[in-house]
Amino acid sequence: MGSKKKVPAMNTSSTADIAFLLLCYFLMTTTMGSQTGLSRRLPPMPEKDQKVEDTKVNRRNIIQVRINSQDRILAGSEPLDISQLKDKIKEFLTNPANDPNLPDKEVKEIEGFGPYAVTKGVISLQNDRGTSYQAYISVQNELVKAVNELRDDFSMKNYGKKFAFLDEEKQTIVKACIPQPISEAEPKDVAKKR
Amino acid sequence: MSKFGGSNNKKEVPAMTSSSLSDIVFMLLFFFMVTTQMRETENKVVVKTPEASEVVKLERKDLNSYINIGTPTKQYQAQYGTDARIQLNDSFRTTDDIRDFIAAERESKSEADRQFMTVSIRADQDVRMGIVTDVKQELRRCSALKIMYSARKPGKD
Repeated sequence: MGSKKKVPAMNTSSTADIAFLLLCYFLMTTTMGSQTGLSRRLPPMPEKDQKVEDTKVNRRNIIQVRINSQDRILAGSEPLDISQLKDKIKEFLTNPANDPNLPDKEVKEIEGFGPYAVTKGVISLQNDRGTSYQAYISVQNELVKAVNELRDDFSMKNYGKKFAFLDEEKQTIVKACIPQPISEAEPKDVAKKR
Repeated sequence: MSKFGGSNNKKEVPAMTSSSLSDIVFMLLFFFMVTTQMRETENKVVVKTPEASEVVKLERKDLNSYINIGTPTKQYQAQYGTDARIQLNDSFRTTDDIRDFIAAERESKSEADRQFMTVSIRADQDVRMGIVTDVKQELRRCSALKIMYSARKPGKD
């Protein structure tokens, strides 16, 4: 009888290399980083025959924010800088002094909260075909920022927390109290409304 | 050699086992496989998304379709010029093709998820709004109303 040879263990040092190759492959072909952006809902295309009824928005309830091809901003009737836009919008949406020129409020019964005077104001955003996309997004951003700050204020006052830290149920309540009324109707349509 | 020697022989320091190395690498591999997504299309237009501080994260990447708008990259400029173009999937298209594109994208999503489908408009920051407005109008016509303007946080690229 000769000495029994042990079956040598399989050499596993190359599996690491194979795994590294796979890893490199995935690193090259995939993308990381989540997509971020501003979420919006477009208004549905109006049917031919039902056009007139919902365009009757009271004048005080609408603010037109226009951006021209030189990226200048006109809010309401006065030209202003992008840095002033947020405060203008906040004032428009809150209407603290119940100014008859600023939007109406409607007391609504919010589920889980009670009655709250929700603003009827609508921000109508208009742009020229020559407006740069960056300017358009910055304006959108300012509008969202105004709404977000109002929501934060509201959450702090009622729940003692910022909007982002509230649970989902309360976030829905806050959203119902302070909507995000941005309308992006096509330029021509809104121009006719005036 | 200790293999053949008696039990009271001095043992050699065993070679470091590298068998766990592969496990570690596999773990890394799985991590990347889970957290990343396949680059589904090659970018034929240059897109540098605009900056915005109030951006939100997209929840469901798989329910997203992309419309890229920007100037063609260098190698396509001879063919397509330097004007802003629309890229759907892998080719240059016009606004008329959006309808088919949206229909195809809808078809590829499961029925329950179709209503949550988001169209992400990835436009370059120097693009003029005219082309974006055209795209938006076309999307409204196809009633793909949930859209997202791609933007990035300032200070990040």
